[in-house]
Amino acid sequence: MDETLEEIGAYLELSQGEAIESWHVRHGELTATVSRTSIDSVARFLRDDPRCQFVCFIDACGVDYPEREKRFDVVYHLLSPKQNIRIRLKVETDDASPVPSLTGVYPGAEWFEREAYDLYGVLFSGHPDLRRILTDYGFDGHPLRKDFPLTGFVEVRYDDEAKRVVYEPVRLAQEFRSFDFLSPWEGDAPVLPGDEKAQENQ
Amino acid sequence: MAEAQIRNFNINFGPQHPAAHGVLRLVLELDGEIVTRADPHVGLLHRGTEKLIEHKTYHQAVPYFDRLDYVAPMNQEHAFCLAAEKLLGVTVPIRGQLIRVLYAEMGRLLSHVLNITTQAMDVGALTPPLWGFEDREKMMAFYERACGARLHAAYFRIGGVHQDLPQELLDDIWDFLDPFLKTIDDLEGLLTENRIFKQRNVDIAAFTAEEGWSWGFSGVMMRSAGVAWDLRKAQPYECYDQLDFDIPVGKHGDCYDRYVIRILEMHESVKIMKQCLERLGSAAGKGPVSTTDGKVAPPKRGDMKRSMEALIHHFKLYTEGVKVPEGEAYAAVEAPKGEFGVYLVSDGTNKPYRCKIRAPGFAHLAAMDFLSRGHMLADIAAIIGSIDVVFGEVDR
Repeated sequence: MDETLEEIGAYLELSQGEAIESWHVRHGELTATVSRTSIDSVARFLRDDPRCQFVCFIDACGVDYPEREKRFDVVYHLLSPKQNIRIRLKVETDDASPVPSLTGVYPGAEWFEREAYDLYGVLFSGHPDLRRILTDYGFDGHPLRKDFPLTGFVEVRYDDEAKRVVYEPVRLAQEFRSFDFLSPWEGDAPVLPGDEKAQENQ
Repeated sequence: MAEAQIRNFNINFGPQHPAAHGVLRLVLELDGEIVTRADPHVGLLHRGTEKLIEHKTYHQAVPYFDRLDYVAPMNQEHAFCLAAEKLLGVTVPIRGQLIRVLYAEMGRLLSHVLNITTQAMDVGALTPPLWGFEDREKMMAFYERACGARLHAAYFRIGGVHQDLPQELLDDIWDFLDPFLKTIDDLEGLLTENRIFKQRNVDIAAFTAEEGWSWGFSGVMMRSAGVAWDLRKAQPYECYDQLDFDIPVGKHGDCYDRYVIRILEMHESVKIMKQCLERLGSAAGKGPVSTTDGKVAPPKRGDMKRSMEALIHHFKLYTEGVKVPEGEAYAAVEAPKGEFGVYLVSDGTNKPYRCKIRAPGFAHLAAMDFLSRGHMLADIAAIIGSIDVVFGEVDR
């Protein structure tokens, strides 16, 4: 299984050249990082090439790494039913530079790209209908970004006097609890008072 | 006489339409009774599952998967557990695998019974739901006896399943299966050759295999178009490669083929369940139900009373949770509705950095415009029913 993926990866790098920034096989999965502007041509190649035949569009999603300069990864999963293999394509982008849409190659990409736009604010150029999809009508912000709070900013309730649903800023009845699970037992051992010389004596 | 003013008509189908199978708002543009455009508005049931999972430990994430496709809860948990196990490098003991397969197939029965009967109701048949739901209720009882909950099971855990099954339960499931096949035959008697049912379903929403692939279809949808594609065969997980079953394949890609495939798949599922039950009862199927790695699965209650190590493992697992090594993995299962996938990104801590849920219903509903264009308004109900959408998983 892994050899087939290695072969496809090497073949992809050979035939697509600079469009493929890197690729590797891990956990039995082939991942290729593709330069942002050429994702659509790479996808078209993967679909049409007889050795690849990735005709099935499985998934597209965003991943947010706020500390990076280009903070978003757009991750595509494709499936080749003929070869019975999968491939993962990754594109790095930020909230201003658009990723070419794959809707021309796979019509099924339409909703997945809308979702990535909705939840992360990733822009797709050439998308026929880039609207929000999962969040509320008139929603503000991109909820799956790491800097978006879990509780959101507004809450809704039915106002009996106004006879309609009203939006209000979130009020938390209890402080939001976020536990630090990074174990202190595995960090550098704290020096106990009076025990400073124990290490030196050993 | 003055020429009549002709204009297209826009209607809202849902969000409170009984044939919308939940909260779907479907904006239809009609030319007479012909649908010229369908624009599904989803997200009315959006709960931010993926965001919530990012803030929970891996263990706490499992119950969220029950709430996606709430018609077949354990199949969703299965995909998440497989993804996490891939990153952890854990293998599930054979008894755990058999129990997983047993309950995954029961989930398929639950989903297909619900889908066939309610789709029949959408096109005018009232009896199938009344007959089908009786047996569905019995299967819910088996869910309850395994994990204590009819719906929100949280039974599949990373490394195996939560608890072992008592032999009486296995016997009762065995006794249930043959009468259940009789129920399927009864349902078939009501529907398969039914003239009205055929008129409403044959040649509705037909598509070719190429079109299906490019729209990201999977599962029953692809098989109805004549592709023998099933992840249980093509990319086997758990012990499916050791089990004997067939893949029913359609020809036309229409609603009627999908109905027939679902009926046949239930027969295959029963076949698989029987094999699992046989092996669970034999010596080969005995042993632990989850991995014995104390860093992943909690110890037995009895061990905790005697072993300090087990006590520490228990404490660490239920406070901090399992730490998953850095990396990314995609695991997919053949859920009743199609390929249900989980893309997991781990940063080495006890919480997933990103957990993308790939729901089959999302891809299928995305093609609603493609499938329904040119059909009559009344066909919309049949199409929504036969692509089998559940809004828990579409909206997440």
